[in-house]
Amino acid sequence: MTGQTVTKVAMADLNVAEGGALLKTTGLGSCVGVTLYDRKTKLAGMAHVMLPDSSIARDANFNIAKYADTAVPELIHRLVAAGATKFRLEAKLAGGAQMFAFSSQSDAMRIGPRNVESCKRILQLHTIAIAGEDTGGSHGRTIELDSGTGKLLIRSVQFGIKEL
Amino acid sequence: MLFKRSAAFKMDVLKEVGNIGAGNAATALAKLIDKPVDMPVPQASLVGFDDIADRVGGSEQVVVAVFLRVEGDVPGNLFIIIDTDSANKLLHHLLGIRVVQIGFFSELESSALSEIGNILAGSYLSSLADFTKLSMMPTVPSMTIDMAGAVLTSGLLQFGQMGDDALLIETTFQENGESMCGHFFFIPDPESLEPLFRALGVPFE
Repeated sequence: MTGQTVTKVAMADLNVAEGGALLKTTGLGSCVGVTLYDRKTKLAGMAHVMLPDSSIARDANFNIAKYADTAVPELIHRLVAAGATKFRLEAKLAGGAQMFAFSSQSDAMRIGPRNVESCKRILQLHTIAIAGEDTGGSHGRTIELDSGTGKLLIRSVQFGIKEL
Repeated sequence: MLFKRSAAFKMDVLKEVGNIGAGNAATALAKLIDKPVDMPVPQASLVGFDDIADRVGGSEQVVVAVFLRVEGDVPGNLFIIIDTDSANKLLHHLLGIRVVQIGFFSELESSALSEIGNILAGSYLSSLADFTKLSMMPTVPSMTIDMAGAVLTSGLLQFGQMGDDALLIETTFQENGESMCGHFFFIPDPESLEPLFRALGVPFE
């Protein structure tokens, strides 16, 4: 797969791509990579979500790509604005790991699973089906979405390459 | 917001915090492996989320990470990041183990690395606590070998609720020039700054 343009999605960031370009985000730990894809128009979107809920943001003009409840609607909006149809969008999720095992179960340590739950809830609210997921566990992931095919490649140190 | 006035001075104080802690930890490490350990002047900086992993070779770089949560007067997160190559050398120096499979550690090796992390973190925190008269208690360390980006983000989440930067006190240590190298990251929680500065005699407005 050479010659494909790669659009990087940073941490707490979101982006859209089309025409066979790749969307990539690296080092997902407790963060969740949410991808949306419209098969017909071949429009793809990806968000690198850090936290489940924007209600904890203490700043009025926070980064909306950081929180699941604001990033997912924005991603849908951006894709629809680019020409995608909302009911055709299908979602894939990766990440949401718990990187360190701890005896003290403080909420901050359970952030991975909470991120996944929140993303799913928001997707359900928008009646977007989840076509696949590779979430949980205790390992980091790097993901790559191909806007030409909608395939999601997931790389991890322990498990190598997985395709959704 | 945090450093409106006398920002440079405060960063200097935080560098000193890194110096005190890591100096002691480097001594502990030198005793442990019976070799001199060098430590350059630490850095204190506000680092954007995306740049923090670049300090240890990029988001996808596989590292050995020992993570402790610090509790007490100055809550925060402490990471000790060692690249896999250095971790192998450390095990060899300490236990005479030659790691056969790169990137994979046996239970004994993992346990040894975790214990090294524990000793280093313990000496880092105890010297800092002695100096500031603040209570700083480490939790049991947790070790993992994974992508640097994935590992470090979990320490940033305390800050994730506030802004897009984390305050990072970073110290590296080296043995015999470049041959072995590790990083200390102490990321104090936002509310820890006030007690920390006050204990160090810096007015906090």
